[in-house]
Amino acid sequence: MVRGVLWVLAAILLGGIVHLSTVLAMPEAAKQDAYSRLAQLTPVNAMAPLAATKAGAEIMPFMDPAFAAAVCRYDLSDGPLKLIAPVSQGYTSVTFYTRRSVAFYAINDRAAGRHTIELDLMTAAQHAQVPEDEEVTAADRLVIESPTTMGLIVLRALAPEPGLMPMARQALAAATCRIQSQ
Amino acid sequence: MRLLFGSCFTLLIAAALGLGATWFTLTRGVAFGALTIGAWKAWPKSGSADIDPYARAMVARTGELPTGMGDGVAFYARTDDVGNAFDGRCTFSISGMTPTARYWTVTLYTSEGRLVANTIDRHGFTSEEILRDNDGRFTITVAPLARPGNWLPTGGIEQFILVWRLYDTAIGVATRTTKEGPMPAIERKGC
Repeated sequence: MVRGVLWVLAAILLGGIVHLSTVLAMPEAAKQDAYSRLAQLTPVNAMAPLAATKAGAEIMPFMDPAFAAAVCRYDLSDGPLKLIAPVSQGYTSVTFYTRRSVAFYAINDRAAGRHTIELDLMTAAQHAQVPEDEEVTAADRLVIESPTTMGLIVLRALAPEPGLMPMARQALAAATCRIQSQ
Repeated sequence: MRLLFGSCFTLLIAAALGLGATWFTLTRGVAFGALTIGAWKAWPKSGSADIDPYARAMVARTGELPTGMGDGVAFYARTDDVGNAFDGRCTFSISGMTPTARYWTVTLYTSEGRLVANTIDRHGFTSEEILRDNDGRFTITVAPLARPGNWLPTGGIEQFILVWRLYDTAIGVATRTTKEGPMPAIERKGC
C-alpha cells in the first residue's frame, strides 16, 4: 500500500517535469510560429508589405484587420540594421520581435516624436563596438538592442476608416530597412 | 517483477499527466498576470520581454504576434458579463465606455483567431468609424442577422472571441482598478 502511494507520488513528480519541459521546449519546437510563416513570404533585411487581413487569407491568427502591416525579417550577422519609417496620418507603430515571437520593444509615432521613425537595430556585441564619440554626436538616434541575431520588425499603420486603407498602405510603402554600410 | 511493473506504471502515468497538462494549458490559454475588467482579460506582459513561459509557448504554437507593450494592449472576451459563452447564433450587445486611448479597435474572431467571412466585409470597428449617440456612448450589436446601427456580424458560428485593442494608452501592467479602465459592458439579448 505504502509502496503504491510512493509510485503514484513519483508519477506526479515526473509528470510535472514532463509538463514543464514540454512547455519550455515549445517555442523551439513550433513549426508554424510567426517567423516560420513569414519566412516563406518575405525577404531578409528588406521591408515587405503584408497582404491585407481578409477572411480566409490570414497570414497569422489574431491580426487586426484595421491595420496595414509591413514586415522586415532581419538577420544581424552582417551588421546593424537601419529602419526608417514615415508616420501615416492615423497611427503608426513599430514592434520588434525575436525569432521566437517575443515582443522585446515597441514604439508608436507619438513616442518617436517626429515625422519619421528612425531606429538602429543591433546586437549587444555590435552596440559595444560603436565608438563612444560617435554615439555622442548621434545622440538623437535611437539604438535598439536585439537579444537575438534574427527576428521580425513589424510596422503597423491604422486605417481609421476602411476608405483610408490605401493611405495607410502607402505610408508603409515608403518605409525601408537595410543593413548599414560600415 | 513488481519493480518493473511499478516503474512502467509510473512512467506511463507521468507521460500522460505531463503531456495532458501541457496540451490543456496551451489550448485553453492559461497565462499568468491577467488584467481582468468585467468579461475582458488582457495580458500586458505578453507584449514585452517579461512574457511568461506559458504565454510564450502558446504564441509559438498559434503563430500569432502579440501586441507590443509600447504599442497598445489587447483585451479578450469569450463570454458576456454574467458568463454566457459567446455563441454566434445569439445576439449580444456591447455598450458603454472605453479607457482613454488614442485609438481603439474591436474585432470578432473565431476561436482560432480567424476572421469570419460576411457579405458586408465587416470584422470590427475602430474608434473613429463607430456611430455614437449625443453623449459619445456607443452600442454594438453582435448578431447573426443584420441590425440597425453598429452591427457586427457573427456569421452564425458556434463560438467567437472579441478582441478590444487600445492603442497608445496608459492602461497596462500598472493598471489595478476598474475605475482606471472602464471597459464596455456585454449583455446577451437573446438566442
